[in-house]
Amino acid sequence: MPYLLILPAGLWLIVFFVVPAVQLFATSLYDPSGSLATGYAMTGDLGNYPRALGDYWPQLLRSLGYAAVATLACLALGFPLAYAIALKAGRWRNMLLVAVIAPFFTSFLIRTLAWKTILSDTGVLVGLLRHAHLLGADGRLLATPFAVVAGLTYNFLPFMVLPLYASLERFDRRLLEAAGDLYAGPVAGFRRVTLPLAAPGIVAGTLLTFIPAAGDYVNAQLLGTPRTAMIGNVIDSAFLVRLDYPSAAALSFVLMFAILVLTVGYLRRVGAGALDAVS
Amino acid sequence: MADLRLTGLTKRFGALTAVDDLHLEVHSGSFFALLGASGCGKTTTLRMVAGLTEPTGGQIRIGDDDITRLRPYRRPVNTVFQSYALFPHLSVHENVAFGLRRRRQRDIDRQVADMLALVQLDGFGPRRPAGLSGGQQQRVALARALINHPRVLLLDEPLGALDLNLRRRMQIELKRIQTEVGVTFVHVTHDQEEAMTMADTVAVMNAGRIEQLGPPAQLYDLPGTPFVATFLGQSNLLAAHSEPGGENGELPVSAYGGRFTVPRDRCRAATATVYLGVRPEKLHLAGSPDAVPPGHQHVAGVVTDIAYVGVSTQYLVRTGWGTELSVFAPSTGAEERPELGAPVVAYWHSRHAFLLDRPDGAGDRTAPADLSVDVRA
Ligand SMILES: Nc1ncnc2c1ncn2[C@@H]1O[C@H](COP(=O)(O)OP(=O)(O)O)[C@@H](O)[C@H]1O
Ligand SMILES: [Mg+2]
Repeated sequence: MPYLLILPAGLWLIVFFVVPAVQLFATSLYDPSGSLATGYAMTGDLGNYPRALGDYWPQLLRSLGYAAVATLACLALGFPLAYAIALKAGRWRNMLLVAVIAPFFTSFLIRTLAWKTILSDTGVLVGLLRHAHLLGADGRLLATPFAVVAGLTYNFLPFMVLPLYASLERFDRRLLEAAGDLYAGPVAGFRRVTLPLAAPGIVAGTLLTFIPAAGDYVNAQLLGTPRTAMIGNVIDSAFLVRLDYPSAAALSFVLMFAILVLTVGYLRRVGAGALDAVS
Repeated sequence: MADLRLTGLTKRFGALTAVDDLHLEVHSGSFFALLGASGCGKTTTLRMVAGLTEPTGGQIRIGDDDITRLRPYRRPVNTVFQSYALFPHLSVHENVAFGLRRRRQRDIDRQVADMLALVQLDGFGPRRPAGLSGGQQQRVALARALINHPRVLLLDEPLGALDLNLRRRMQIELKRIQTEVGVTFVHVTHDQEEAMTMADTVAVMNAGRIEQLGPPAQLYDLPGTPFVATFLGQSNLLAAHSEPGGENGELPVSAYGGRFTVPRDRCRAATATVYLGVRPEKLHLAGSPDAVPPGHQHVAGVVTDIAYVGVSTQYLVRTGWGTELSVFAPSTGAEERPELGAPVVAYWHSRHAFLLDRPDGAGDRTAPADLSVDVRA
C-alpha cells in the first residue's frame, strides 16, 4: 500500500529528475571538440570537469559567496518579521502573511526588473543617497555586487520568512517569562530559549534560501555586470549562447556537488545540533 | 519578620480592577496561601510580585527592599507556573540548572543532583520534560525554582493540573519540602481544603481584595465576612437583627421571632443588620425542645432530606419560615437518627455561633447539602 502511495511522486521524479540528470551527466562526459552541428562523441572524458573548474572557479566561489550573504541578510530581515507576525501581530497576522507571499503573484522576472528601476542611476533611491552623501556624486547601486545580493535577498525572503514563521508560531511566550523569572535578561532569554526553539525554522529557511540563490542567474543578469556574473550565468551562456554542452553539463554537476557538500556539512554542524538543542 | 509586604497594590486592565488596593504581609519562612475563586485576581497578584505584570499602583517590598519597579530577572523571587513552562528543548537537568547557569554559579551538577533528590526525581536528569508525567513535570518546575534559594517562592495553582489522588500526595510532599528548605512559600489555589491543610496563614481573596487573613483554624472558627463563611467550608447564615442590652458578654439577636445570644467576642458585625451564623457540624438534632441540653439555643423544623456519606449524615431541616438548614451529624454510632419528615429541633451552643454584617434586605444563606448518597432509596 505505501508503495502505491509514493508511486505518482516516484514516477514524476524518475521522468523529470533522474532521467535528465543521467542525460546531463552523460553530456558532461562528451568529447568537448564536438559541436551541435557535427555531433558529440561519447569519450567518457572526465577532463571536462577540471577544465570547467579551472576556467570558472571565480564565478562558482562568487555564487556561493553572494548566496551566503543574501541568506544572512534574509535571516536578519526575516527573523524579526516572522517573530512579529507570529507573536505580536494579533488580528493582523493573516494579512501580513498574505503580504509576505503577495510578490509571488507577479513573475520573478518582472519583480527583478522592478528592482532595476528602483536601483537605477536616475532613480529616487540613488538620488536620495547621493543627496545625503551616503553615495558619491557618481556612485551607483545598479551593476554592483550590492545590487545582485539585494535582488537575491528580496526574491528569496519569503522562503526564509515562512519556515521561520511556522516554527515561531508554535513558540510559547510563557517560556520567556519563565526564563526571565530564572534570571535570564532579554538577551539570554533570546539566546537560550527563543533561538533554540526556532532552530528548525532557521535551518529550513537558510537551506530554502541558500540553495536556489546559489544557482540563480536572473538577478546577476538584470542587476549586475559581467564582473558580478554568477555560476548560473556561465552555465546559461554555455548552454544557450556558446552551445558548449559538455562544459555546461560539467559546471551544473560541480554546482550541484558543491551545494550538496555544503548542505550536508551545515546540517551536520548546525542543523543536527540545533534541532536537538541542549545548551 | 515580614519577608514580603504588599501595600496598596492595585492593577487595572482598562475598566476592570483585577487587584484592588491589596495590603498583605507574609512572614519569613511561612507557608502562605492565597485562596479565592477563579478570576478573583490571584494570578495577577503573583505576577506583579514576580515582575511579569506592572502594577497600576502600590508597592511591593521584600525585606527592606522596594522591588516594585525591578525587572523580573533582578528579583530574589522565583515562580512555579501553573502551566509549568518547562523548557522543552532542555533536559530535566538543564531545566533545573537554568537559573544557576544564568548567575554563573559553581558546582552546578551537585546542586542539581541534590535538588532532584529532594523532589524525588533522582536519575531523571537526562530525560526531556515531554517524556514525564504531570506529577513529575510539576516536581521539575518546583526544583527549577527552588534551586535558586529565592527569598519568596511563588506557586500559581501548582497542583491544579493533577488528578485528585496525586494532588493529595503532592500536597503532603510540598509541605514536607517547604519545611525542609524553610523558604517562604506563597501558594495560590482555589481549593479551600488545599489551602487549609497546607498553609500557616490563609488569605481569602474576593474580587481583587483580601476578605480575611489568618491561621486556617481561626478563619474557619470565626469567619469575618459572609463570603469567607461560605467559601471556606459551609455555613448556615440567618438574617437577624442585633438587639440592645445583653449581659455576661452575650449579645442578644432576634431572627424570625426567635431570640438568641452570641458572645460579644464572636461578633464581627458593625451594624445591627446581621447574619447569625452556625457551621453545619455545630448544629445537632433532637426530637423536641425538652431534649435540648442546657446552655444551647434552638430552632424547630422538619427533616426534608437525609444524605448518608459514611463518616457523617447530612440533614436538611426546613424551619418554620421555610429556610433549609444544613446539619452534619458525625456517625459515632450513638447518635439519634431522625426520619424523613420527622419534626425536630436543631440546636447549637452560643459559643459556636457568630455574627457578620448583612447587606440591607439580604435574606438567609444556607449551605447546599451534599446529596450524593441518598438513604431514602
Ligand atoms: N492581561 C489581562 N488583560 C485583561 N484582563 C486580564 C488580564 N489578566 C487577567 N485579567 C482579568 O483580571 C481578572 C483576574 O484574573 P486572574 O488574576 O488571572 O485571576 P485568578 O488567577 O484568580 O483566576 C480576571 O477577570 C481576568 O479576566
Ligand atoms: Mg489564575
